[in-house]
Amino acid sequence: MTEALTPARTSRGLDVADAPRTARVTKPFTPPEAGGTLPPGTGGGTGRRAGKGGDGRGRRLGPGRPVPFGRLLGPALLLAAWWAASSAGVLDPRILSHPWSVVSTAVELVADGRLQGNVLISLQRAGLGLLFGVVAGVALAVVAGLSRTGEYLVDGPLQIKRAIPSLAMLPLLILWLGIGEDMKVTVIALGVAVNMYINTYASLTGIDSRHVELAEVLRLSRWRFVRKVVIPGSLPGFFVGLRLGVTSSWLGLIVVEQINATSGIGYMMFQAQQYAQSDVIVVGLVAYGVFGFASDALVRAIERRALSWRRTLAG
Amino acid sequence: MATHPGGLTKAPPAVRTRRLVRRFGERTVLKDIDLDLAQGEFTALLGRSGSGKSTLLRAVARLDHGVEGTGELVVPERVSLSFQDSRLLPWLRVLDNVVLGLRGPGTRERGLTALEEVGLAGRDRSWPHELSGGEQQRAALARALVHDPELLLADEPFGALDALTRIKMHGLLRELYERHRPAVLLVTHDVDEAVELADRVLVLEDGLISLDMPIDLPTPRSRRDPRFQEYRDALLTALGVTTPSAAPHDSPKEKPHVPNV
Ligand SMILES: Nc1ncnc2c1ncn2[C@@H]1O[C@H](COP(=O)(O)OP(=O)(O)OP(=O)(O)O)[C@@H](O)[C@H]1O
Ligand SMILES: [Mg+2]
Repeated sequence: MTEALTPARTSRGLDVADAPRTARVTKPFTPPEAGGTLPPGTGGGTGRRAGKGGDGRGRRLGPGRPVPFGRLLGPALLLAAWWAASSAGVLDPRILSHPWSVVSTAVELVADGRLQGNVLISLQRAGLGLLFGVVAGVALAVVAGLSRTGEYLVDGPLQIKRAIPSLAMLPLLILWLGIGEDMKVTVIALGVAVNMYINTYASLTGIDSRHVELAEVLRLSRWRFVRKVVIPGSLPGFFVGLRLGVTSSWLGLIVVEQINATSGIGYMMFQAQQYAQSDVIVVGLVAYGVFGFASDALVRAIERRALSWRRTLAG
Repeated sequence: MATHPGGLTKAPPAVRTRRLVRRFGERTVLKDIDLDLAQGEFTALLGRSGSGKSTLLRAVARLDHGVEGTGELVVPERVSLSFQDSRLLPWLRVLDNVVLGLRGPGTRERGLTALEEVGLAGRDRSWPHELSGGEQQRAALARALVHDPELLLADEPFGALDALTRIKMHGLLRELYERHRPAVLLVTHDVDEAVELADRVLVLEDGLISLDMPIDLPTPRSRRDPRFQEYRDALLTALGVTTPSAAPHDSPKEKPHVPNV
């Protein structure tokens, strides 16, 4: 047994590395804890650290286990602070209405159908922009990532576009497409597409060459290679892009709805500004906030399911 | 069982290379490699680090698009290469990893059978990161064997394993080899591993095969066998390691002689 455990090596370095392992195996019945010679923090010493580290299983550097709906804590605290400040009279209602009056305004807006109508229009714009942006961004990333010609043709223009904010292109887009829905959806889609492209492309080109080699050894077809290696491998970047894309779609929405719109949340807020209705403005802001938060949470949830194979710090 | 086809073979060879050359810039890593592997022959390839073992394996696997050959490179249809790292795709479950290169009906069943053979029955739904290092290696072995290869190229498949797991894996590999009978080319750093497993040992040195030694021992091989020690010492000498001190259980009967080099 001992003889089998000490194989002769071609390299002397390995011999040295093996020596202590063999020694440990030959006398396995002295548990290291009993000796008491271990440096602190290697385990064992439960009593010493019970007060600080809880169960004393050693210090963990990760953030710990997630609590359901824990993410809502921050927003809830913010709301409570606003409520308290308004009720205490610290916050002038001309500057920011009381949450309660915002709620009653919202109820009124829902009753006469203005809120739903505008929200639906806004959601439609953001949704369409997001859809086109994601499809375009991912398609471009795949083309650029999988073929040299694609990379040379696609990557340059998109890196340049990245440096130009979509909003800077607004005048040109209005000139080309008018001020209708086409222009609004296009502006949103452009912002989304760039985010999707940058992140998906980075993740795609970062796929381990060893995985590509494996695919070659297994003689995978191009299509199977894309399905089994490229797409799953670039999914982490895809989701980073998607989250940024969702955010940028709301951002684009807010901007395009302030310009020559006749419907949508932004239009509703713009009107309210003319009549100094701060509660309506807040309703609009809350609507944006709720949708932004909800959409990000949705993307996160999808991401967690799709990337369940990953072991990360967040767990 | 004809276990030692040795250098002389009647059947057409599984692998045949002639004057295989590989250069990286100025350096010639492989010079004129002439290699014949018989069908069903278990060959081990030894050599110092950087001697070009992996390069040769990649060339035989046709992964290397930069090899020049003035001669020929004949390789069977079904070749499996197992890498030094297990190289499982982290986003596929173990079974999906094993059957990654398979297509057609019965794929799942073949994958499950292969997993069973390497002792991983019931782990098909696990993620690769949930397996231990040795289990990952075994899953990789299953992935290589599921193709029923005529040639199995293995680049230090046990490199990262501890001594005990290694011994188990040796038994497993030999057993799977007896069952499927592919030609095997096993790259290793470990002389004992080579003598224990292979029917023939090659040493790669300075871009050439400097030693080609058939191992003529009955197959369940014991490292205590004095003849085992002789082969081992001969190989260590060929690798430039001065031997007698390295062997603690030297049989005092006679000086080890180098068998038919
Ligand atoms: N892609 C490459 N570009 C340049 N040089 C390379 C490349 N691949 C291998 N080499 C060189 O070729 C030589 C042989 O490499 P190889 O990986 O085949 O060695 P090896 O025998 O497998 O070594 P080890 O036992 O350490 O794995 C090395 O000196 C290495 O630097
Ligand atoms: Mg190597």
